[in-house]
Amino acid sequence: MAAPAQSRFVAQLKRYYALYTGGFIGFVVLLSIFEQMGMPNKMLGYIFLGATVLLYAGIGILSRTSDVAEYYVAGRRVPAFFNGMAVGADWMSAASFIGLAGTLYLSGYDGLAFVLGWTGGFVLVALLLAPYLRKFGQYTIPDFLGARYGGRIPRTIGVFAAILCSFTYVIAQIYGVGLITSRFTGLDFGTGVFVGLGSILVCSFLGGMRAVTWTQVAQYVILIVAYMIPVIWLSVKHTGNPVPQVAYGYVLQKVTAREQALNDPATPDGAREAEVRAILKQREKTIEDELQALEVGGAAYLAEEKGKLVKVAAELKGKRDADPKAVAAADKAVAEFPADVEAARKAWRAAAETDRAKAAPIAAHAEPFAGPDQATRDKKRKNFLALVLCLMVGTAALPHILMRFYTTPTVREARQSVFWALFFISLLYITAPALAVLAKYDVYTLLVGSSFSELPSWVSAWASVDKSLMSVTDINHDGIVQLAEVNIGGDLIVLATPEIAGLPYVVTALVAAGGLAAALSTADGLMLTISNSLSHDVYYKMIDPRAPTGRRLFIAKALLLAVAVFAAYITSLKPGHILFLVGAAFSLAASAFFPALALGVFWKRANRAGAVLGMIGGLAVCMYYMYMTYPFFGVNAPLWWDISPIASGMFGMLAGFVGVIVGSLLTAAPGKEMQELVDHVRYPYLESDSKDRIA
Amino acid sequence: MQLTQRHREYWQKNLRLTGILLAIWFVATFVVGWFARDLQSITLLGFPLSFFMAAQGALLIYLILIGYYAWRMDRLDREYDVQEGDR
Repeated sequence: MAAPAQSRFVAQLKRYYALYTGGFIGFVVLLSIFEQMGMPNKMLGYIFLGATVLLYAGIGILSRTSDVAEYYVAGRRVPAFFNGMAVGADWMSAASFIGLAGTLYLSGYDGLAFVLGWTGGFVLVALLLAPYLRKFGQYTIPDFLGARYGGRIPRTIGVFAAILCSFTYVIAQIYGVGLITSRFTGLDFGTGVFVGLGSILVCSFLGGMRAVTWTQVAQYVILIVAYMIPVIWLSVKHTGNPVPQVAYGYVLQKVTAREQALNDPATPDGAREAEVRAILKQREKTIEDELQALEVGGAAYLAEEKGKLVKVAAELKGKRDADPKAVAAADKAVAEFPADVEAARKAWRAAAETDRAKAAPIAAHAEPFAGPDQATRDKKRKNFLALVLCLMVGTAALPHILMRFYTTPTVREARQSVFWALFFISLLYITAPALAVLAKYDVYTLLVGSSFSELPSWVSAWASVDKSLMSVTDINHDGIVQLAEVNIGGDLIVLATPEIAGLPYVVTALVAAGGLAAALSTADGLMLTISNSLSHDVYYKMIDPRAPTGRRLFIAKALLLAVAVFAAYITSLKPGHILFLVGAAFSLAASAFFPALALGVFWKRANRAGAVLGMIGGLAVCMYYMYMTYPFFGVNAPLWWDISPIASGMFGMLAGFVGVIVGSLLTAAPGKEMQELVDHVRYPYLESDSKDRIA
Repeated sequence: MQLTQRHREYWQKNLRLTGILLAIWFVATFVVGWFARDLQSITLLGFPLSFFMAAQGALLIYLILIGYYAWRMDRLDREYDVQEGDR
């Protein structure tokens, strides 16, 4: 494209998105005026989610296309700045938006592995992959593997791996979409999943990468505004400084001081904590005894225990002036009693575990790898660094991210767009630790030590939504809240921050819309990766290379629809555990793609045999380790070097690199043509490019 | 096509730059992470240094590395006449 046309295009884009951002802020202001005038909360939630989803659909319809280059790579004219925003939205999923700050709240320093891993990976993208993939300039990642290593097998493995990790990841996203839509609109989870999916489809279905790109830019604006407003508010409230990223260092000091006070029985607050912890320890011991008795007595013991509860409930009901609350509690205890020995063992062990954790002193938020002894600390440190590496390399190997670097006009802009991508991503990632600390400060100072009779309203509001997200019980019956009596689920932190900070409901609705934008934008990108792999790599490149353009795009769209419905169906079965799904996707991508991609650019000697061996080996080792050690599959084999299953990519990656190197060295060097392709991608311009352009 | 001496020199420079930047990346992430407990007692802007590095410092370093790479490679492209576009 000629330079003046492109700069006109960029100017136009800037104008549109400036207007759009202004319009969005106006919309939020308007709704907050409506709230002041008495519009009900439920209505606000509907309007927010409905309006944003309609907006995405509108952009999708405006950007519909039936041109192949537009459909697959947005016409290769997305400017670096906007591509950076689109990568940011594509990248930041429900896990980043909702889960990250919660993880940091719960695990302090150790949670920062996610912050490091999910940002540092972009250094690898920038230095090792993005410019070279852009120069190569095809449509998908398997395209590169197919061209660089030749033959069908590398491309086929690439397609398989791309679909495997994208599908694992997309399930986690759709799960997030379902959670948000069902919580804020009252639809049931299954319906929520399909409604959310409708809006994903409108964008990617009509306009492929072109529509997804411009929707993602719009979604980035919404999600970052939604994330920032509550944190800035909290920061002003606590420190008077509107820049939370700078101000929270001093709040962190206060949190640390508070932690020490609560851990010290000599202070009044600490004494009360110690009292609760003693009760919890006692309770844990009782459960341990019951577990012991269960091992000895088996089913007979269980039946006897249940009989006792039934008797208590019956006696209570027999009394004329029985307290209805006590009756309900007794009935509940009977109803929830484990059905068999296996269930009882599991439930009681979990309860004992929870009590033990709550009875332990508070781990300091800022302390790295906290543990009672050196061995635990060393193990934690090893796993921290392994997880960081897996997430980084996984970032640099996830096809839906790498694909985005095909859409810039030049190699130069591909490099710049990685910078903008990390810039936009860092805005959220630098803020998340601040959000966690500020929320923690509120809980430690406002909630802890307050009286049970006047709990803040957000506590009861969230407790009524889900007990696992928020519950407070007066364990030592002193009428005052102690930290050991509070249970907070990680996923609550971001969604509840506006309420913790006492902000109007509009902000809560805004945050929900932001979370939805994060989940939808990532799901869009993933879904497109899957259907592109199927239509472009499998159908066009392998089955029918002479297919006319119209049929290629028709196939792409039909497959997209099929994949979406299938993914939604799987999600509605609730396969569960978002964090594991996300971790698995990263480990799989790191093991399957990274060695073959990086060595493909930097090592001319890498050949087809090596790539095949490395990709299959990496994938196999990673999947094997995951299957053997992750409790979900129930094998529970011993760990290798204490590396936990979420970092199984460590071994996969190693196997991948060894596979590529050994396989290549054992077989003949790649031919002249391959070597020339490598030269072609290494230089932004070579004279030979103008003669035999690949594109 | 046959690569010229100039082309090889460009690639060597690129490799060296990539290597140096990756080394900084490695130190900022893994060496600092390894010694996190030892860096705890140093304070910066109210943060323990290890916390600051993992929550903000490393991110800023990554951003600088990528920005510097984009800028430096752009200059190198023009210096060695391998930049895209009108010529």
